[in-house]
Amino acid sequence: MPGVISPPHPRRNVELLLLVLALGIGLGANLLGAIGTEQEITTAYWVQSGVLAAASLALHVVLRLRAPFADPYILPITVTLNGLGLAIIHRLETSNTLANATTQLVWTVVAMAMAGALLWFVRDHRLLRRWPYLFLALSAVLLVLPLLPGIGMTVNGARIWVNLGVGTFQPGEIAKITLAVFFAGYLSANRDLILLAGKKVGPLTFPRMRDLGPLVVAWLVALGVLVFQRDLGSALLFFGLFMAMLYIATSRASWILLGLGLIGLGAVLAFLFMPHVTARFDVWLNAFDRQIYERQFGGSLQVVEGVFGMASGGFMGTGLGAGSPWRVPLNHSDMILATIGEELGFVGLSAVLVLYLLLFTRIMRAALGARDAFGKVLAAGLAFTLAWQLFVVAGGVMLVIPMTGLTTPFLAAGGSSLLANWIIVGLVLRISHSARRPVVVDDMVNASGPGAGHQDPAKLVALEPHRRGAGRRGSARRAAVGGDRA
Amino acid sequence: MNEAIRRMWMVAVALVLVLLVAGSTIQVVLADQLKEDPLNRRQIYLEYGAPRGPILVDGEPIAQSVESDGRFAYLRQYSESGMYAPITGMYSLNYGASGLEQKLNRYLAGTPTSAFMDRALEIVTGSTAQGDQVELTLDSDIQRLIYGALPDGVRGSIVVTEVDTGRIVGMTSRPTFDANAVSSQNLAESRAAMEELESIPGGSAYTNRATQQLISPGSTFKLIDAIAMLESGDYSPDDELEVPERYTLPGTRTQMGNYSGEGAQCGTRSTASLTWIMANSCNTPFAEAAVDLGQDKIREVAERFGFNQDFEMPLDVAASRFPQDLDDAALAQSAIGQRDVQATALQMNMVASGIANGGMLMEPQLVESIRRSDLSVVESFSPRERGRVTSEDVAAQVRDMMVAVVEEGGASGARSSQVQIAAKTGTAQIDGTDAVHSWITGFAPAENPRYAVTIVIENTDLGTGRRLTVDNMKRIMEAVVAE
Repeated sequence: MPGVISPPHPRRNVELLLLVLALGIGLGANLLGAIGTEQEITTAYWVQSGVLAAASLALHVVLRLRAPFADPYILPITVTLNGLGLAIIHRLETSNTLANATTQLVWTVVAMAMAGALLWFVRDHRLLRRWPYLFLALSAVLLVLPLLPGIGMTVNGARIWVNLGVGTFQPGEIAKITLAVFFAGYLSANRDLILLAGKKVGPLTFPRMRDLGPLVVAWLVALGVLVFQRDLGSALLFFGLFMAMLYIATSRASWILLGLGLIGLGAVLAFLFMPHVTARFDVWLNAFDRQIYERQFGGSLQVVEGVFGMASGGFMGTGLGAGSPWRVPLNHSDMILATIGEELGFVGLSAVLVLYLLLFTRIMRAALGARDAFGKVLAAGLAFTLAWQLFVVAGGVMLVIPMTGLTTPFLAAGGSSLLANWIIVGLVLRISHSARRPVVVDDMVNASGPGAGHQDPAKLVALEPHRRGAGRRGSARRAAVGGDRA
Repeated sequence: MNEAIRRMWMVAVALVLVLLVAGSTIQVVLADQLKEDPLNRRQIYLEYGAPRGPILVDGEPIAQSVESDGRFAYLRQYSESGMYAPITGMYSLNYGASGLEQKLNRYLAGTPTSAFMDRALEIVTGSTAQGDQVELTLDSDIQRLIYGALPDGVRGSIVVTEVDTGRIVGMTSRPTFDANAVSSQNLAESRAAMEELESIPGGSAYTNRATQQLISPGSTFKLIDAIAMLESGDYSPDDELEVPERYTLPGTRTQMGNYSGEGAQCGTRSTASLTWIMANSCNTPFAEAAVDLGQDKIREVAERFGFNQDFEMPLDVAASRFPQDLDDAALAQSAIGQRDVQATALQMNMVASGIANGGMLMEPQLVESIRRSDLSVVESFSPRERGRVTSEDVAAQVRDMMVAVVEEGGASGARSSQVQIAAKTGTAQIDGTDAVHSWITGFAPAENPRYAVTIVIENTDLGTGRRLTVDNMKRIMEAVVAE
């Protein structure tokens, strides 16, 4: 597979250079927002950009020390998006009492610290593969937390929040990661069993229930909880995550088609029997109806004002601080893309979309280069989840699909989302490091010359550390890893 | 497995492409359509949130945008609004724009295509558009004088123009309104002001009476008759004409008489010169002459002065009317400015102005200059000839008749020791009532005319009308010519 494995240069200097550029964009946007809204440029602006720069550079240093071969583009791209989000939230403070750049900055620092800690302490991502059921249990706890009386909170009709005393948190965001880790661990370990030990029904081969069972149960539980929490966006997100990982692990398009059929059926049933889903579709299909626009609760005002804002921004945008995003409710969180579209224009909006495209392209590239099935499924699954989340939220804002209320990764205000997405960044940086690092083995291996990375699969298998309880599944896992190279 | 990852990547790219298509559809393809969506209030807020160019008179703003702490960043403020409101119009969130605010919106809002480079610069700097400033031809002293000449409660207009340039230096009308009130950003306040205004007869924030109210011109129309008569060669100022007591309208039994009230002169003579007839405004000789000349001739002269044609200056000027297909009875009545003939104050001012300027009528204009906020000129005033309305000879002859009107005729109240005024009065009866529309239109100084002044008081009694027209003509002329 030529071209898949990068030559083993750390390229941390490239990252540093791009990081400076990314921080420059964040600082520039912050200052332009101040000028546009006619705010005095106080020290707060410099402190904010300074803190972001310090945190980013600290993470960069962690990478130099602990993951020198990590992909050099992932960090600058996420810092750009995060910095832009901070600047826009700061700019919105004048008209939106909910927008608070300081809170967002604190969460950013916490999230980056978590990513740094993950990189520092988890030296090998395969560590996470060891206890898949621990992660399943963790996911279940996280998903059930908001339903518990006392700490659970209902905001805007969705019971997805917990009150931590010092602030609120959406455990579902973290559950996204723990579920992904579980799926990746389970799928990479049981891939062959799922694929081969199935029953053939017509042209399709179905896996044995006991092989797929835990997955289906996990997925159903997640979905069930989400139905009770009335969180359509997360339900869509988990479903996307599950389908993507299943496909990546098995390459069975027919199962995906089956899954899409199920989602279609689920959507129809939800539309027919769940009033809040019916309302969402109604608002989506008749958004420009005056009656629906003026409906006090659950009307289309938010999305329609967002679309009007984007239209008023046009191709070039009004300029940062010069638009009227105050007309759009939740302009700092769910609707932040509409704010970007209005003030930075289609040019700015497509730049942001392309940044996301680059981001998940880099993560998928790390997945391609990953030397173990777990890393591959996890990285590619998370990358697709990122793209899927972007699509679900931006598609909702732009009336491509009904509005569901997910956050825009890195941009939107929200601590849980920032934390979760930075942890994902930490994870994929770790995986990309292991994908790109030169293979150091006991025997002589062509690690850096032409054709580097084309190792004998047998050697890779030999490199696999022995795992507890690898007895029955061990052979399957080895076969799976070896199979990558076949 | 890698193949599956690649396929997932393609799916992800496809998702982003869908978003890019959706984004470009909203922001580029359908952007204009979305901006005009009835639910979209952004455009209004955008306009009202941006500084609009000022309207200036003598360099002082009579309408300007000032920064505001209210709902919008800027508030439109009018100074001495009663005096200027019929011209500036309003700029109301509730009721839209009228007057110059509407007519010159593309300049005041700063959005014409010639400002493209400015717009490009704004995108780079992020600053908001600054509208152009519009300087009017009005003279604030004259404006203040003529505004004061119309008391509260009357309906009427006064127009003052420079005869050799067409500049409108004064234009006022009653009832007027406070543009600040109807343009208030407090919607309840603006609604209350509008309702109050519309409860007054003739009250409107949308029309400028001086250029849009059509009123029977009465005897001032005899100026048109006189020009038609003199141009035909069949009449001259000194020719003796019969002055019948009564004139029976052709084909009817209806009789037309002359004014027979206080100070009436026509009954004292059976024949008189055309000048004397004009000076005393006898109806019967003009009616007879008009029927002799035929309706086409009268209409043709009237149309040279602008009748039957609307235009913009840039405020809308309604077409004054001299109808088609008149029978002789109707023609006889129309010739003395009754029946279906109707004119705006500005139209009768153009009649005086054309005569004053030796038969060359200048285009009436209200805008002196339009400048960018950096004061570079976009448009500036240049006098334009509207067309020759009559020969220099005929104009001079009519002028002399108009001098006689003031010196020895019906408008003797306008005789001034300071300036020789040429004028013609008019009193149009309103069918079935004692009320009249009272007119005067004229110019001064007679020998070297500079200003044409027209005053009309609508729906008034004879005495008040005469006082407000004739006396004011003298006062205004003395003031403006002496200046």
